[in-house]
Amino acid sequence: MKQKQEVLKLDQLCVHFPVRGGVFRRAVGSCRAVDGVSLSITRGQTFGLVGESGCGKSTLAKSIVGLVTPTSGSIFFQGNQIKSKLLTAEYRKSVQMVFQDPVESLNARMTVGAILEEPLIIHRLCRKDERSKRVAKLLDQVGLPESAAKRYPFEFSGGQRQRIGVARALALEPELLVLDEPVSALDVSVQSQVLNLLMDLQAQLGLTYFLIAHDLAVVRHISDVIAVMYLGKIVEIGAATDIYANPKHAYTKALLSSIPIPDPSVKKKRILIPGDVPSPINPPQGCAFGNRMNAPDYPKSIEQELKMEKVGVGHWVLACPCCVHM
Amino acid sequence: MRHKENSQTLLQVRDLSVSFTTDEGEVEALDHVSFDVAQGEILGLVGESGCGKSVSAFSVMRLLPRPMGRITNGQILLESQDLLTLTTEEMRKVRGNEIGMIFQEPMNALNPVKKIGDQIAEVFLLHQDVSPRQASDLAVGMLAEVGIPDPANRALEYPHQLSGGMRQRVVIAMALACKPKLIIADEPTTALDVTVQAQILDLLQNLQRKNGSSVLLITHDLGVIAENCDQVCVMYAGRIVERASTQALFENPIHAYTRGLLASIPRMDGVPKNKLTTIPGIVPALSQLVQGCRFAQRSGRPHPASTLQCRPPFKEVTSGHWVEACPVCTKI
Repeated sequence: MKQKQEVLKLDQLCVHFPVRGGVFRRAVGSCRAVDGVSLSITRGQTFGLVGESGCGKSTLAKSIVGLVTPTSGSIFFQGNQIKSKLLTAEYRKSVQMVFQDPVESLNARMTVGAILEEPLIIHRLCRKDERSKRVAKLLDQVGLPESAAKRYPFEFSGGQRQRIGVARALALEPELLVLDEPVSALDVSVQSQVLNLLMDLQAQLGLTYFLIAHDLAVVRHISDVIAVMYLGKIVEIGAATDIYANPKHAYTKALLSSIPIPDPSVKKKRILIPGDVPSPINPPQGCAFGNRMNAPDYPKSIEQELKMEKVGVGHWVLACPCCVHM
Repeated sequence: MRHKENSQTLLQVRDLSVSFTTDEGEVEALDHVSFDVAQGEILGLVGESGCGKSVSAFSVMRLLPRPMGRITNGQILLESQDLLTLTTEEMRKVRGNEIGMIFQEPMNALNPVKKIGDQIAEVFLLHQDVSPRQASDLAVGMLAEVGIPDPANRALEYPHQLSGGMRQRVVIAMALACKPKLIIADEPTTALDVTVQAQILDLLQNLQRKNGSSVLLITHDLGVIAENCDQVCVMYAGRIVERASTQALFENPIHAYTRGLLASIPRMDGVPKNKLTTIPGIVPALSQLVQGCRFAQRSGRPHPASTLQCRPPFKEVTSGHWVEACPVCTKI
């Protein structure tokens, strides 16, 4: 049963940042960026994470690759618990990240060849004389010519630069790719090229993706499982088809109804969400979304502890009395 | 759709050409672009980065960066007055008063060291004969109109104290303060989340209907076009390649670029994991443009030399549906 193998599991992961104030910069509060997230990703799957800015998506991604240390909770990679203080080289090799901005995330002073070689050198993966061959193969995998190795990032267009970012992440032959908004900086016609590339690579190499995106149509297109995040918590998680066809949480419904549909003949009812995502420094009590929507049942959510409840096969929702009506 | 027949034209852009001086020499950002905005209508300009959408908007406002950007040809008529013949002083009276502009990045459009109430009041002081006291009252009224809760106290805050969506509301309040006839919205929601985007577009539509103003909406998102615009112009490499009513454009796109653009967006009702249609290659650099069909390289169809040498004519295919009639790119 290699197909069903669990690659990554998060258990009650929390990332709280201290808020410092006063003359001595003492911690006077904490920002609960990620607040008790549990999820599991199966090999070969694409796990999509959606939510508004400030909900903790990127912090969650950074804590998975080890750029941010979780405050509490645990990360399991292929069944082994990962101690974030001493990440093994093996883990760093197996989990790679593709960043949002293809201009900022490539060193402008290095040639593309040097950028792709660097991870091979750090992890001592192949002999010096084999490196250029490996670089050529990586470039070929992402659809760039071999001659690209001698050029600098500024000589490439946005879409090509994002291909270089993908190639760098692939250099260490990872298991899991964390994709943080990989196409949001790209134009529509180029976006589809990069999405096709990602889908092809997944099919060829059996990669597992953890995808963050704000474009819900993109997430729907390439994800198997989708989690909706709001104010540091996952409010709904399930198979992509279930989430889009049968959303249970009021936030998921509102988010889906906000997407502009490129078809003027479609008339739909839009649920307008008033206001903005509240600050995670001082979150409202109880259900944060019910508070924003002024839901009539909101007071009930303060009294009870909110838990994830199962509503279908692999479909879970944060069962709060004001946002979920079973 | 609120499409009115024979409605009066508010803005006419005729044969507008804009050049920029760059390190690689003179490049043409707009090449004889013409479009009309009718009274009370929302016209969408859509295209990928570098196609000339924003340059069109900035030309109408006469806010092109100087001395690099120059309007080399054409007319911009606002109710039959050519904006290009106005003096700097006269143009200043038009901006904010007759044409209001909403910018993409609200943080950059607001002065960070000035209270938002004062920034809005400034518009009234400049264009209307009011006392400073009246101006600040009017500013508070505008904040209420764009849906900012507790406007009297919010007026005393600075831009950094507001969220992105609230800031964009303030920018809209500034743009609409004098009830301009034309509102230019340059990617007004690109920097915002989908939920806030829905709020802002809803607000913009309501205010537009209430004041009866016209809107020139610039975006790269075809979903935003479909839900908000009456007419659409599709731009590519400094030219308009197709112009039609929203309904007609989405139902019957004619130019290969429009069709490629529509096909390459993942659909909410599409088959997941299917291979997406792509437009091969990238948008050509402005320094490498040809006179003929500019989509030739990416169309994936062989173009005979004649179509590359001279500009294809802009033809009306059906009533109100115009297309740059390159024989290869418009063949279905």
